[in-house]
Amino acid sequence: MTGTNAIELKSITKTFGSVVANKDVSLSVRKGEILSLLGENGSGKTTLMNMLSGIYYPDSGEIYINGEKVDIRSPKDSFDLGIGMIHQHFKLVDLFTAAENIVLGMKGKTKVDMKAVVEKINGLCEKYGFELDPYKKIYNMSVSEKQTVEIIKTLYRGANILILDEPTAVLTPQETRTLFKILKKMREDGKAIIIITHKLMEVLELSDRVSVLRKGEYVGTVNTNEATELSLTEMMVGEKVTLDIERPEPVDVNPRIIIKDVSCSDKNGIKVLDNINLTVNSGEILGIAGIAGSGQKELLEIVAGLQSVDSGSVTYCPPDSDKCQELIGKSPLQIRNLGVALSFVPEDRLGMGLVGSMGMTGNMMLRSYRSGTKFFTDRKSPKKLSEDIVKQLGVVTPDISTPVRRLSGGNVQKVLIGREIAASPTVLMTAYAVRGLDINTSYTIYHLLNEQKKKGVAVVYVGEDLDVLLALCDKIMVLCSGRISGIVDARSATKEQLGLMMTKHSEETEVGDNDK
Amino acid sequence: MTNNSVHSKSSHLKEPLIRVARREGTSKLAAFFIKLLAIVLSCVVCLGVIYILTGSTPDKVASAMGGELFGFGTRQMNNIMNAYSSSPLEGFFRGLLSSKPFWRTIRDAMIMLCVAIALTPAFKMRFWNTGGEGQILMGGLATATVMIFCADKLSPALLIIVMLLASIAAGLVWGLIPAIFKAKWNTNETLFTLMMNYIAIQLVLFFNIIWDTTGGAGYIGMINKETHAGWFPTDIAGGFLGTENYIIHLLTVIVLTVLVYIYLGYTKHGYEISVVGESENTARYAGISIKRVIIRTMCISGAICGLAGFLLVAGSTHTIAKDTSDNRGFTAIIVAWLSKFNPFMMIFYSFLIVFLSNGSKEIATRCGLNEAASDVLTGIVLFFIIASDFFINYRLVFRHKTAKEEK
Amino acid sequence: MEFIISILKAMFTPVFFSKAVSQGMPLLFGATGEIITEKAGHLNLGIPGIMYMGGIGGITGAFIYEMSVENPVGAVGVIIAVLSALLFSVVGGLIYSVLTISLHANQNVTGLALTTFGVGLGNFLGGSLSKLANSPGQINVKLTGDAFRTTLPFLKDLTSKGGFVGGFAQMFLSYGFLTYVAIIVALLAAYFLNKTRYGLALRAIGESPATADAAGINVTRYKYFATCIGAGIAGLGGLYYVMEYFGGTWQNNGFGDRGWLAIALVIFALWKPVRAIWGSIVFGGLYILFASVTLSTAMTEILNMLPYLVTLIVLIVSSFRKKREYQPPQSLGLSYFREDR
Repeated sequence: MTGTNAIELKSITKTFGSVVANKDVSLSVRKGEILSLLGENGSGKTTLMNMLSGIYYPDSGEIYINGEKVDIRSPKDSFDLGIGMIHQHFKLVDLFTAAENIVLGMKGKTKVDMKAVVEKINGLCEKYGFELDPYKKIYNMSVSEKQTVEIIKTLYRGANILILDEPTAVLTPQETRTLFKILKKMREDGKAIIIITHKLMEVLELSDRVSVLRKGEYVGTVNTNEATELSLTEMMVGEKVTLDIERPEPVDVNPRIIIKDVSCSDKNGIKVLDNINLTVNSGEILGIAGIAGSGQKELLEIVAGLQSVDSGSVTYCPPDSDKCQELIGKSPLQIRNLGVALSFVPEDRLGMGLVGSMGMTGNMMLRSYRSGTKFFTDRKSPKKLSEDIVKQLGVVTPDISTPVRRLSGGNVQKVLIGREIAASPTVLMTAYAVRGLDINTSYTIYHLLNEQKKKGVAVVYVGEDLDVLLALCDKIMVLCSGRISGIVDARSATKEQLGLMMTKHSEETEVGDNDK
Repeated sequence: MTNNSVHSKSSHLKEPLIRVARREGTSKLAAFFIKLLAIVLSCVVCLGVIYILTGSTPDKVASAMGGELFGFGTRQMNNIMNAYSSSPLEGFFRGLLSSKPFWRTIRDAMIMLCVAIALTPAFKMRFWNTGGEGQILMGGLATATVMIFCADKLSPALLIIVMLLASIAAGLVWGLIPAIFKAKWNTNETLFTLMMNYIAIQLVLFFNIIWDTTGGAGYIGMINKETHAGWFPTDIAGGFLGTENYIIHLLTVIVLTVLVYIYLGYTKHGYEISVVGESENTARYAGISIKRVIIRTMCISGAICGLAGFLLVAGSTHTIAKDTSDNRGFTAIIVAWLSKFNPFMMIFYSFLIVFLSNGSKEIATRCGLNEAASDVLTGIVLFFIIASDFFINYRLVFRHKTAKEEK
Repeated sequence: MEFIISILKAMFTPVFFSKAVSQGMPLLFGATGEIITEKAGHLNLGIPGIMYMGGIGGITGAFIYEMSVENPVGAVGVIIAVLSALLFSVVGGLIYSVLTISLHANQNVTGLALTTFGVGLGNFLGGSLSKLANSPGQINVKLTGDAFRTTLPFLKDLTSKGGFVGGFAQMFLSYGFLTYVAIIVALLAAYFLNKTRYGLALRAIGESPATADAAGINVTRYKYFATCIGAGIAGLGGLYYVMEYFGGTWQNNGFGDRGWLAIALVIFALWKPVRAIWGSIVFGGLYILFASVTLSTAMTEILNMLPYLVTLIVLIVSSFRKKREYQPPQSLGLSYFREDR
């Protein structure tokens, strides 16, 4: 299976401000080969590929396509070189048919000969084994059908190099199997394929070689037949880094939230949480680890009353009484009115947790505006609270009335967490609380969470960095594709152990076996 | 992180010569000066247009505007000013306060402000209420109906109160209908409210024929012409404010402006409106019922528009006709939007618009143009102000040399 | 019941139909122009103003021509009128485009300002010209107007025959050329939007400009073309009204609220030009129904409410049904700024 190199990247470096997204990365893909690009979240896989698709331009380094040095400055340049990238977020016009989307933006005769287009699409379908009705409208399609449209779109444009960004993240096991068959056929056809993933089973089953990135740096490339799950995990997570995060002993540990048999599906009917059983204790920090999109967001939103469930129950036990209450079926407001104090930091800080155009005071009111007199809002206490937060957490803002949209990411996060903590919650849930923050700010946040833990609050910390999870939390629950693959003691668990739990569970093994 | 990526991305792609970038945090003062500059520029253009068309010089234009808008140069004002020649300043103010043109300007500006104030809560919620025209007309129609049928049954004070309530109710209903459809079925509110205008116009035309007093011309004519029942008195405060003052309009609308300002800025309802306008997701996160906020806010918006209709019919035209509202529902959209919900700016723009349209009507007559020129001039000024927004919210980035060095 | 029958009787006559057509065509032009604009994601509430601009543009061109040439020829007048109508209305569209596309101004506000400006410009020029022509309040370019109204030479022979042939001739052959232009333009617009590459790109922009941009389509250029061409077509509606309908006469505010009716027609037609063709005839019929039915004058005003009422019902029903094809373009009214992605 050797051929000339379809793609060769030589010492590519890309920085965003002070953040290094890719540092001196080199890799190559041959014609008729599938290369897996493996790495944890934030390891720079997507950034690297976006330099091939013309979205970013490297700071330094060289790109060779079919042996020739090229300069890719726009998506169009990328098209012209025969590179097609299938992003995680599909770029399709909902109201159009598959065929219309596929032909959109292509040059040609004024009148679109739909018959010819459809014929060509059908030809591609037959050749590679896609199943697609070219006349079906996108809004009637499942995610996997939409993905098919995106793939055919690149093939239709004559792409010889395909890059797929986590293609299986949105697919059911059956759909994944079909996709893999198709990708293998493309390989036989001489196409060069890169798939970005962090699912080890898929890597082992599908690809010829694996290149691993870790924190923006290139770790190495191995032949798949020489790799094992363990060796790949080690490459992916690296050596354990000792972090200087304090971890007070848990105090007064009692069940606070009991999640029982909870399952839920997304709007396409795909299960995102499958039979979750979990107890969140007071006085502890419970870490939740998992590949992005394994159901962390949904789990937190269910507890907060923002997401509906298919089945199961979520019970809340207040600290000073024995009367436990069911939270499912209550609106976020009702949950609060019942005296259940949940503090929730949504992933999308500005889109949901905060109002971008308002100042800090206005954002403090999002939680508290209902208090005060009957008709008027009380601005004094939120203003005081803002001033306190600025002082205590060191928020850098010209003025507490400056729209929070204009603050830097770290300061926005401080405002949000500060507000949530100020509500003196009994349960504090945070999702990716330190994403995009510098080290100092991150430590401030860890400190805040520890303070809450010492007060007897039940803290849930959804995180990405395994080192931090291991250093900060008392227990870590690992989610994999919506299922709990284990709950471990953070004091004794190892990084490899977590890495394996994140990427593997029983069902995926079956998928692999069936296909081999 | 996201900020950085946008920046790096754009600087690394093939950069066009001039690129547009969003600008954050332009100071209010700077914004105001940009606006002012736009207005000055547009006035220069208008004066140029007038000069080219008629040969009238700016001083002639200014005197025309002064006369029409404030009564400068009228015989009445000259008399008063002469009487106070020992104290010119007092004479000036007395002359101004007793001048009919001055009060008419106030009246028109106040009604414009009233409508703009009415639309503001809806806009703040990102609900495009293009139905102000219809809501005003329905308010006016309700007022006229009460004036016609209840004049001899109710005491003067009670009559006014019933008229007021009827106008508010009518405007409210006209605002409520599209709101319900928006809240429940997400029906496009811009188009819905737009259509409601013409249904209101047809209703007004219908009743104009039913209650025709002219013998077939299709006009209601002055209602209660003899008794003045339901008319606002215009000689309140007597000689000091002249025999035709509109102090009721002034007080009502200013009080209303303050109330709406407080409502939006300091009440729970107002807070909810801001959150819904900013992001429905955030509103849901905070447990705000979006449907309820939409319906409640449109009731308020429609009700105040109805009140504007009341001010028009009871206090100004004393009749209801198809053109009673005179496009105020539309013009006020521009006023409300340009003011960015700031009440002081809204007062400023209301006066500006009234100055423009009333003043340029006079200019047109004096300079031998026809009346329609006023719309043209108003249009030109509006274009400039609308365009000036761009320079407040965006900046132009010229291609840097660094982009070339990279090659 | 008898009342309804009397209405129906009045409606189903060739003469009524032809009147409805000539009332409907200005709306059809306006609606076709607006559909093209809206398909690019721009709700142009300046269309009423633009139609005034087109009308006065045509009159002005013809007027100057008829005044300045010793023996004016109708056909030349027609060409000049059409060109100047297009010029005026495209300038209107250009003002709107610069403000909303390049300067990202709010579409509704810009559109309303443009309507103020356009209506004003129409009446202003109309007033000024009538002063020149010494006929206060109105101008008449009869020669050009007549040329616009020219019908087939043997039409009289056909219509006088009565019966099926006469009826047919009355219904379909009794118009000046602009009527056929209106229908052809609407058909072309439908073809353009549904069958061509550029139409596909335009619709994609109205639905999701970011997707179109990613597919390598020049969003800004398309938007400019769509708004300006849309404005030009709508301007012909104004021209139709002053020339063919009114025989070359300008009356201040004569065009009335028809511009808004054109926007209503867009909704009624669910953004489909072919539906707009018969929709315009329905609207035209509703508009003149009062003249054919013996009704109290008051009831005619209620009757005149029908086009708006029907439009409202269409709007409501289509939002009930939630059928994606019946909704306004998804990004209608939103300005597109690439960096906001």
